[in-house]
Amino acid sequence: MADAVAETDLKQTPLHDLHVELGARMVPFAGYSMPVQYKAGIMAEHLHTRAKAGLFDVSHMGQAFLVGPDHETTARALEALTPSNFVELGHGRQRYSVLLNEEGGIIDDLMVSRSPSPEDDGKLMLVVNAARKDVDYAHFRAHLPDNVTLQVVEDRALIAVQGPEAVAAVAAHAPGVSDLAFMSTASMEFDGIECHVARAGYTGEDGVEMSVPAGAAEAIARALLADERVEPIGLGARDSLRLEAGLCLYGHDIDETTTPVEGAITFCMQKRRREEGGFPGAERIQSELKDGPGRVRVGLRLEGRAPAREGAEIALPDGPVIGTVTSGGFAPTVGAPIAMGYVPVEHAGVGTPLELVVRNRRLPATVADMPFVPNRYYRKPKS
Amino acid sequence: MTTYYSKDHEWISVEGDIATVGITAYAQEQLGDVVYVELPEAGRELTQGDEAAVVESVKAASEVYAPIDGEVVEANGVLADEPAKVNEDPEGGAWFLKMKVGNAGQLSDLMDQAAYKAYVETL
Repeated sequence: MADAVAETDLKQTPLHDLHVELGARMVPFAGYSMPVQYKAGIMAEHLHTRAKAGLFDVSHMGQAFLVGPDHETTARALEALTPSNFVELGHGRQRYSVLLNEEGGIIDDLMVSRSPSPEDDGKLMLVVNAARKDVDYAHFRAHLPDNVTLQVVEDRALIAVQGPEAVAAVAAHAPGVSDLAFMSTASMEFDGIECHVARAGYTGEDGVEMSVPAGAAEAIARALLADERVEPIGLGARDSLRLEAGLCLYGHDIDETTTPVEGAITFCMQKRRREEGGFPGAERIQSELKDGPGRVRVGLRLEGRAPAREGAEIALPDGPVIGTVTSGGFAPTVGAPIAMGYVPVEHAGVGTPLELVVRNRRLPATVADMPFVPNRYYRKPKS
Repeated sequence: MTTYYSKDHEWISVEGDIATVGITAYAQEQLGDVVYVELPEAGRELTQGDEAAVVESVKAASEVYAPIDGEVVEANGVLADEPAKVNEDPEGGAWFLKMKVGNAGQLSDLMDQAAYKAYVETL
C-alpha cells in the first residue's frame, strides 16, 4: 500500500487542510494530494449526492482563458483545434468539447464558457483535466494564432456542488444561481465573494461548478458544508457517479487513440462543424460520421454481483474477445455492477448479449443504454 | 483457539486441525464498502501465499492470500448475498473460508495479535 509518490512532491489545493480536518483519506491524483473519500465512505457519499447534495473539490482541474481581440477571432482559434461551434456560442453559455490531434484522437475533453457580459467578448474560459494541463497548455501555445493568447489561472479554486438540493444550498448564499439555465454561466457574489458559476457538473445531477478566489475557497466550502443538506464527497464517489451518468473519464474511456465518434460523444460536434470540417482529423471523423466508426463506446450491465473493471476483456458469448472495458465498477444507485467499453459497431446494439472476462471467468453482460441512471439536469420552466 | 495475523491483513484462527480465515478490521476499513466477495470451492488445495479469495469494494478489487497451506473445507456462503457483512463483522461472522491445516509450522511465519497491532500502527 506504499504510495509511489512521496507526499512532499504532491501539490495541494486551497481546500487541503479542510479535507484533512474532515477526516478525508488523501491519495495522490494527477500530481495533487486529493480526498478519495471522507469518513462516510464512497457508497454513502455517492447515495447522499443523488439524494441531497455533495460538495467536491475539483481545484486540481486546470482553469484558463483564451484571450483575443473579439469573440469571433478567439472562437475561430478554438474551432481550429476542436470540432465544436464556438462562434455561435451565446453570451453566458457553456459547451463541452474536445481537443483533437491530427488523427482525430482526443487530446483532452474540456468545458468552454463565454461570459454573459459583452464587455468580456474575446475571452473564452476553459476548464481542462488536471492530468492533461501541461499537454493542453503546450498544445494551445503551439497552435494559437499570434493575436489569441492562453492565460492560465493559478489563483482560483474550483468547487462543484451536485445533487437535487445543490442549487438550493448554493442559492442561500448566491440567490442568482436559481435562475441559471443548464450549461449556462454567470458571475455572482457568494456571501459577497465574486464567483464564476456554471450550472453543470459530472454526476448527472443538477448542480453547479464555481470558480472562486483561492483565498476564499475554504470560507465558501465551510459555508456550504454548514448546510445540513451538503456533505463533502471524494474522488471515489465522483468516479462512481460519473460512471452511472455514462460520462467519460479522460485517459480511460477516451484518449489520443479514440475519436469523438468512437467515444459516442458526438454531441460535442455541432451541425456546422460536422458539415464544414476544418478541425484536426476531420477527414477520419467525417467519414466515421457518414459510414459509422469501426468500434464504439457502449454501456454494459452485468448479470451477477461481480464487478468488471478497466482492462477486462469483452467477448462474444462463448466466442472471441472483441473489446475491452474502459471503466467499470459497482454502481451504488443502480445496485449492481456496470461498465463501459469499446466493441465493434455490429455488436453495439442495446440488448446485445456479451461476456466480460474477469479472473479467467466469463461474466454475462448486456449492452445497455446510457446513462445508467436518468439525468436530472435542470430544465428551465417555459414562461 | 489461537489467532494469527499476516502482513497482508488476513487473520487465521486455528482450532484443532481446522483454521478459519478472514480479513482484519484494518483491511475492511482500508477497502471501504465491500460489494462482492469471490470465494474458493471446497476441496481446493491452497499453498501459502496463493490467491484464496477476492474482495471487491466500490473502488477496487483486492486479493486475499492463503496464510498457510491447506485444503479448503468450507466457504462462507453468507458473503455471496451479504458482502457488506465484511465491513460490519470482519473478524467474526464475515469469515471467508475454513481450511484443513496443511502445515502448522507456517503459523510461526505469522504475527500474534499484539505484533499485528504494532505492525498496523507503523502503516
